[in-house]
Amino acid sequence: MSDQETIHEIEQEIVEEFSLFDSWDDKYEYIIDLGKRLAPLEDQYKIDENKVRGCQSTVWLVADYQQGKIFYKAESDAVIVKGLISMLIRVLSGHSPDEIIETKLDFIKQIGMTTHLAQTRSNGLLAMVKQMKNFALAYKIKNAAKI
Amino acid sequence: MIESSTIQKGIDVYAIRQQFPVLNREVKDKPLVYFDNAATSQKPQPVIDALVNYYTRYNANIHRGIHTLAEEATAAFEATRDTVQQFIHAASREEIIFTRGTTEGINLVANTWGRQNIKAGDEIIISTMEHHSNIVPWQILCEEKAAILKVIPINDEGELLMDEYKKLLGPKTRLVAVAHASNALGTINPVNEIIEAAHQAGAVVLIDGAQSTVHLDIDVQQMDCDFFVFSAHKLYGPTGMGILYGKKSLLEAMPVFHGGGEMIKEVTFEKTTYNDLPYKYEAGTPNIADAIAFKTALDFINQTGKENIRKHEEELLRYATQQLEQLPGLRIIGTAKEKLSVVSFVIDKIHPQDIGILLDNQGIAVRTGHHCTQPLMDRFGIPGTTRASFAVYNTKEEIDQLVAGLKKVIKILT
Repeated sequence: MSDQETIHEIEQEIVEEFSLFDSWDDKYEYIIDLGKRLAPLEDQYKIDENKVRGCQSTVWLVADYQQGKIFYKAESDAVIVKGLISMLIRVLSGHSPDEIIETKLDFIKQIGMTTHLAQTRSNGLLAMVKQMKNFALAYKIKNAAKI
Repeated sequence: MIESSTIQKGIDVYAIRQQFPVLNREVKDKPLVYFDNAATSQKPQPVIDALVNYYTRYNANIHRGIHTLAEEATAAFEATRDTVQQFIHAASREEIIFTRGTTEGINLVANTWGRQNIKAGDEIIISTMEHHSNIVPWQILCEEKAAILKVIPINDEGELLMDEYKKLLGPKTRLVAVAHASNALGTINPVNEIIEAAHQAGAVVLIDGAQSTVHLDIDVQQMDCDFFVFSAHKLYGPTGMGILYGKKSLLEAMPVFHGGGEMIKEVTFEKTTYNDLPYKYEAGTPNIADAIAFKTALDFINQTGKENIRKHEEELLRYATQQLEQLPGLRIIGTAKEKLSVVSFVIDKIHPQDIGILLDNQGIAVRTGHHCTQPLMDRFGIPGTTRASFAVYNTKEEIDQLVAGLKKVIKILT
């Protein structure tokens, strides 16, 4: 991941990658592949307080703040969710709280994955995005308090 | 009415499918295979027409109006009550209370009969395989009254341990509330034996018929249950409509649930007298359209013939079980001797949610997760299952598609 790229630029890269796929099968096989390759989260982080509430699969999400940028790590027990996490981390990790708070994550719609943002409580992607933004908001407030 | 079930032999599933418009649609560019019938069934055209017809021709508030529309709407609304009475063989139409669904029916009993009759130290028995709807209302009641909730255990096949159940019964047992059939496993419980034993112990019995009523013959008098609850939407009918059956003597003695219009006889600021059964429990303007259309759904079941439907579904269950068992790493959860047409399963190393998403991708609708039965999933030591549940319009070809779909899922994910 390059620090120079903006969130929008990374989103556009993903949209272009997905434009190569003709079918839903191909899209999902790609997401599954991303999921399988997502670095596992260390066991010490797999605790209840790092869980993102989702109805069916369990997601653990942690954030680290270094030199004005947020770095995320996450894992799930379901592989498609892991693939979606992998994309979210690719897009959001390494950016400032302000950038993360402001982004609308349009790429999710553009690659046809909005069903995963629906309020069906099915996989908690919406909850995950919210949690990632909450971290950004928390760090922003913390910074403001320091100043 | 002519009992067509005795005349008609078997069913023409392809003709039946023609009556369900949603089955013509595509999902993800593939023909829809709908196997989430235990959650809700699809609706035949006549049910949809009945809803449209009500709003198009005779929408009116019922019981009070003296104009033609009100009379027509009232007649149609009350005709459903008669059909329901016949459908579950209740002794009288006054014993049929319209609710929003199974959950409301259980909550109604917990809040009226329960609050009146449950005291500190009393015991309520439920089972391990209950839906959250038949757990939480009793937990709330037990907490409020300092009563005790006891749970009938099950074996690895997903059957109630009846000996253990009988040991739980005692002089403090006031209520036994169990599912007629399990939504997550399909197990059909021996309700006659459960009810008889409970009555011998002096307890009242509520049977949750949410899953069973569409599949099995229901005779509440023969069963001798005290309460029986179910939802219209699982019987090819509309959502937001359900039935509470209660024995008249109990319903008459119970306090009211919701206060408001319709449920009163006379109101002064000093005192209100309540209406007779069944209106005593039907406060406010009811769900008129859905109640009316529910009759059409029951007519559809009666005309198709419950026995015909059951035979068809049993064949689908047998075929699906046999086909699914051949898939590598697949384990069926719930292998009771008596089962509804529900197959719940897990596949080694694959999360049910991934199965659900990838099947949806192939146009196949199943349910994944804990099925609102978390204690039951804990009993099996699993986070959830994938569940395929069958209805009258499903075919063996669709089961073949499910099997092919699962083979693909297994190939992609392992």
